[in-house]
Amino acid sequence: MTTATKPKQKSDVFHQYLRPKKKFPNVWCPGCGIGIVMGAFIRAIDKLGLSKDEVVLVSGIGCSSRFPVYLDFNSLHTTHGRALPFATGVKFSRPDLKVIVITGDGDALAIGGNHFIHACRRNIDITAILINNHIYGMTGGQGSPTTPSEAFSTTTPYGNVEKHFEPCDLAAAAGASYVARGTVYHAVQLEKAITQAIENRGFSLVEAISNCHTYFGRLNRKGDGLAMIQSFKDRAVPVARAGKMSEEELEDKLVIGKLHTTGATEFCDEYQKVIDAHKEK
Amino acid sequence: MSETAQSENTGSKPKAQSKYDYSKGPLPLNINMSWCKACNICIALCPQQVFEPDRDGKPIQARAENCTQCTICWVHCPDLAITSNYK
Amino acid sequence: MSNGTRKLLQGNASCVHGALYAGMRFFAGYPITPSTEIAEVSSRELPRVGGKFIQMEDEIGSIAAIIGASIAGSKVMTGTSGPGYSLMVENIGYAYMSETPVVVVNVQRGGPSTGLPTKVSQSDTQQARWGPHGDYTAIAIAPSTVEDTLTETIRAFNLAERFRTPVTVLLDEVIGHSRAMVKIPEEGEYEIINRVKATSSPEEFEAFEMTPNLISPMPAYGEGYRYNVSGLTHDTHGFPTNRADEIPIKLNKLRDKIMNYVDEITKLRVEFMDDADIAIISYGSVSRTALQAASIARQAGFKVGCIQLCTIWPFPEKEIKALCENCSKIIVGELNMGQIVEEVRKVISDDKEIHTLQRYDSEILTPMQMLEKLEEVL
Repeated sequence: MTTATKPKQKSDVFHQYLRPKKKFPNVWCPGCGIGIVMGAFIRAIDKLGLSKDEVVLVSGIGCSSRFPVYLDFNSLHTTHGRALPFATGVKFSRPDLKVIVITGDGDALAIGGNHFIHACRRNIDITAILINNHIYGMTGGQGSPTTPSEAFSTTTPYGNVEKHFEPCDLAAAAGASYVARGTVYHAVQLEKAITQAIENRGFSLVEAISNCHTYFGRLNRKGDGLAMIQSFKDRAVPVARAGKMSEEELEDKLVIGKLHTTGATEFCDEYQKVIDAHKEK
Repeated sequence: MSETAQSENTGSKPKAQSKYDYSKGPLPLNINMSWCKACNICIALCPQQVFEPDRDGKPIQARAENCTQCTICWVHCPDLAITSNYK
Repeated sequence: MSNGTRKLLQGNASCVHGALYAGMRFFAGYPITPSTEIAEVSSRELPRVGGKFIQMEDEIGSIAAIIGASIAGSKVMTGTSGPGYSLMVENIGYAYMSETPVVVVNVQRGGPSTGLPTKVSQSDTQQARWGPHGDYTAIAIAPSTVEDTLTETIRAFNLAERFRTPVTVLLDEVIGHSRAMVKIPEEGEYEIINRVKATSSPEEFEAFEMTPNLISPMPAYGEGYRYNVSGLTHDTHGFPTNRADEIPIKLNKLRDKIMNYVDEITKLRVEFMDDADIAIISYGSVSRTALQAASIARQAGFKVGCIQLCTIWPFPEKEIKALCENCSKIIVGELNMGQIVEEVRKVISDDKEIHTLQRYDSEILTPMQMLEKLEEVL
């Protein structure tokens, strides 16, 4: 089993952050990208040198939301779509803590959409890692707000008639001060994006494109986990190059990298000014 | 798991020369076979074809000498089952 | 608000001052008549004591935020009304499962649905018991005046912190919007209970340890106890479980940690019951009506007594049965279509007459109506 000792090798860094007494391997399907995001996350935390006590991992409901229980941080597995308001309560009451939300496309953008928009608007110092596998995995393959048009799912058996939206565009429009997209193929860039997101003082979104071969892949003939992950490599375009590409060229492409940043003030900082000005001695 | 991965990899990709001499020390990597779910990602992504799938599809370091410690395998393992003995 | 002073306060404001006295330093809420003043007063008072107020995007966000803040280590409250409470119930259920102390104030208004936003009602009484889905044991208390709204809110916090549970404070539009002179308690005048701190080493610490009184120590974040909290049914470590032998342990704990001390949670105000033949059972603002009607009836020589339920849930079965032992008739007065009367029927033997006095036309029950009911029943 894992022992929380100082890692001998860089690759051993994981074991120091895995939760003692928790049964491994993890619950996700063989080849699921969520585990890759978890690895990238652990390396980011290690690189930032954060103490385990100051990190709070908040998640909602869904495959990605089973992530926090595996790690030796303060972990809060909340209700579907509500990770962000729970996290807002943790962060706003305890700005000294590093609060990271682990969520999925259904959790954050469907039932949690309202909270997602307002967390961005407030620009509260929370990092949201949105693992986007374009489907509801936990409940068995239903269509989600990011399921592409015409794609099949267990609730769009004749092809999805709805359009999807891009969480990164939504976050940027709503006021997030750091927005980046990565894929589970680009695990090292993902780690870097997560590191930058946590360092950003404000609401940071990292969208991690991930594979759900068990449902999205199978229902849309995208092959197994490996095949889907390799497709992310083929479809990915760094944001710098994407700027010089036309709409048509960007069709079905995944623009990855740091997409949007602002210098907006942070919610807890601004409120602290109110306290400092009005607190009775 | 899919059988396409292995055939895809035995292409004519030139092998980089590994700086590590594993004959004296431990194998390049340490694979936790109870955590590994035979998802085949490491086997397929390894640029040096270090791995061969065993009977269950789990990676065996068949060509350990090729390993250049490039970290692609353990960075992409969804089950954190791979650690390096060198890096 | 220097302590010990007397202030002319609205009921909703009185509630906030009780919360502040109890140590509430985090409030998240959303505007909804007739509770909005609770949010407004909180937004003004909290920064003065170094506390924090946030208006969330909806009531779901509000209850989520206060649960997060409570788990992180703060004493927390939210205020709402029927429609908002309905939106909150899933997360209130999460607070039951995660055993998180939170105080939720429901300033009741006419229902269902949008109903009568500015009118009085007590029709959310059963919702305070069975709002969330599943099996759990609820605590709900009902102040009846602007003054006791302050002290009862302190009691709500003490119950929440002691039993690591949500506590619903049932106000109504009349109490919330009435004004009265209220004494802000002195420092130390009322006992303040805080959640049990963890003392074991982080390695031995069990997030939901089965202690003798079934109340697990609850450290704040950052104190070295990194534990898992989940809405999934979980074992004593807080890890999700599907094991048939572990599930009842958690559910029994949620019940027994409260029911083992129900006597210390129950609170009644009893008047004129020693030789009473007729008992008027009431709660909230109707209790003032009942008291006046009973005293008038007493002057007219009728043996009428009053039982006011200050704690509604858990329902005080033992006390109601004992108090009504020698009564032949019971009247339950409420501003709904008969919700607590059904609870009374469950505990009172059939040989006694149980009458229900209901008013649900947006006005409060008056002493005259109570007296007419008494004449009818005699």
